[in-house]
Amino acid sequence: MNLTLVLAVNSITLGGLLFLLSSGFSLIFGLMRIPNLTHGSLFMLGAYIGASLVVWYKLDFWLAAIVSALLVAAFGGLIERLLLRRLAGNSLAQVLVTLGIAFMIADACLMAFTGDPITVPTPPGLVGAVRGFGLIFPIYRLVVILIAVVIAVMLWLLLDRTRLGAMIRAGVDDPDMARVVGIPVPWLFTIVFCLGAALAGFAGVIGAPILSVYPGLDFDMLPLALVVVILGGTGSLLGSLVGSFIIGFLYNYGQALLPELAYFVLFLPMVLVLLVRPQGLFGRQAP
Amino acid sequence: MTSRRIALLVTLAVLAAAPYWLPGSYYVNIATQILIYAVFALAMDVLLGYGGLVSLGHAGIFGVAAYVVAWFVAAGSGHLFAVVAAIVITLLATAVYAVVALRATGIGFLMITLALGQILWGLAYRWISVTNGDNGLNVASRPAPFGFSLASSTGLYYATLVVFLLALGAMALFVASPFGASLRGTRDQPRRMNALGYHVWMIRFCACLFSGLLSAIAGILFVYYNQFISPQALALTASAEVVLMVISGGAGTLLGPIVGAALVVIMKNVASAYIARWNFLLGAIFVLIVVFMPEGIVPGTVRLTRWLRGAVSGRPVAAVREAGQ
Repeated sequence: MNLTLVLAVNSITLGGLLFLLSSGFSLIFGLMRIPNLTHGSLFMLGAYIGASLVVWYKLDFWLAAIVSALLVAAFGGLIERLLLRRLAGNSLAQVLVTLGIAFMIADACLMAFTGDPITVPTPPGLVGAVRGFGLIFPIYRLVVILIAVVIAVMLWLLLDRTRLGAMIRAGVDDPDMARVVGIPVPWLFTIVFCLGAALAGFAGVIGAPILSVYPGLDFDMLPLALVVVILGGTGSLLGSLVGSFIIGFLYNYGQALLPELAYFVLFLPMVLVLLVRPQGLFGRQAP
Repeated sequence: MTSRRIALLVTLAVLAAAPYWLPGSYYVNIATQILIYAVFALAMDVLLGYGGLVSLGHAGIFGVAAYVVAWFVAAGSGHLFAVVAAIVITLLATAVYAVVALRATGIGFLMITLALGQILWGLAYRWISVTNGDNGLNVASRPAPFGFSLASSTGLYYATLVVFLLALGAMALFVASPFGASLRGTRDQPRRMNALGYHVWMIRFCACLFSGLLSAIAGILFVYYNQFISPQALALTASAEVVLMVISGGAGTLLGPIVGAALVVIMKNVASAYIARWNFLLGAIFVLIVVFMPEGIVPGTVRLTRWLRGAVSGRPVAAVREAGQ
């Protein structure tokens, strides 16, 4: 019983991190119609920048998280403006470019930060655990869950209640029509790409005390984001949220109960959803 | 046509004599590697070039075949049995892979195959009781089909050359066949093909199986060449490498993937002798080729030679350019 509850807390924490990662991925996919294969790399890049700021430069953890989110957002904006924009209309070329950049980031990080994993200390004040219901919950994990919930609400407000959100939704639904009525869709591409990159980079930093930072983190996270989006449906915030928690639970319980087949367990819900509802649980049409 | 036939015979002679004109067994091994990857690149070309379906999990299929051979040989069964088992199991795995991935086409197909490829990699890495995890599996000996020993690098080269030529022949037959034409039809005009009464899904499914068969053959050659298989061979980098081979050489051509395979294998070996940053280089080449030479090297060269010939024979250049497009 106790193990089950600890696993549940861990699952929700991973689900929260995955939501930060996959919501950006899903928005970019919804708007630009391409899976951004650098997304796992942006997560890792954020984690490395954050870790080096905290461990080497002794910067405050939360400040480091914000700084690396901004840096990763700027980097994402550069990729979008300088490379993806040149290939507009050729989605295959765009995907392959993002894959090429993912390899370059992976190798550059290996060069800059060596192959040794970096452990990031839990921010001071959040070390330890709280007791409740006769159980012990690690505080930091609860904080991560809280942050994910707050960001989910903020994203929902942004998309549902602001002018920018309305323009993004219009762009997701019908980019050509959105341009016709005067919405600057190319600018939306850049904004959404930067937003997605910032979320991925931020998730990388706040995930660092839990996951630690190591080479290969990028291609550990990317398939998880892909599976979340395939499960939840592309372009749907709710889909990302539900998909993230499903995958968070499956991954943690799979690791604990069937450690050798943990990856295989992830594959099953994806197959089921694809067979029954290829557009994903909350998707409106097949990608 | 005759000049083409002469070129073919000369190429065959050069390939057959390669162990004699290459300076050492190191280079013979690289030639073997090129032939193995050429078979793998042809497998990718079936889907990417002719079917318009980009699979980013193909190293997983390649790896299944290699692991099955290694596992059966380690378990003490004969080579023939291991190879047959590898082909059967890989085809079954490809069938499942195709059924899941073909729920989507285009970018959706790419995403699903990427996830499937990573799952196969995860299995190879984590399913330690079967795959021995990160340490991989060793294959103690190479087979000796019909009494012909493959223990030396030259012996293995000739065996690989024969298999490669068979695969190329099968590929040429496939491209020229009505099935090849219908696959190209589903790439260019899926709706029209559907309206004409073709079963688009089944055509794509069969193409996946054919691609899986060629990948299995490449995987089997690979495991006998290295006498070792580890999860690294199934990584996303490996899938991306084979996509790069096809795209750089020219997708949808017979020769392109072979040229691309040679290019990538040689670059990889040369680069790793000087710098340790192959992945960075791979990524950079990917970006450069996609941005600046999207059609690939072989179609680019064909266009260039056609244009040059036209210029020499005095035909109007603009007309030739249009014809070439």
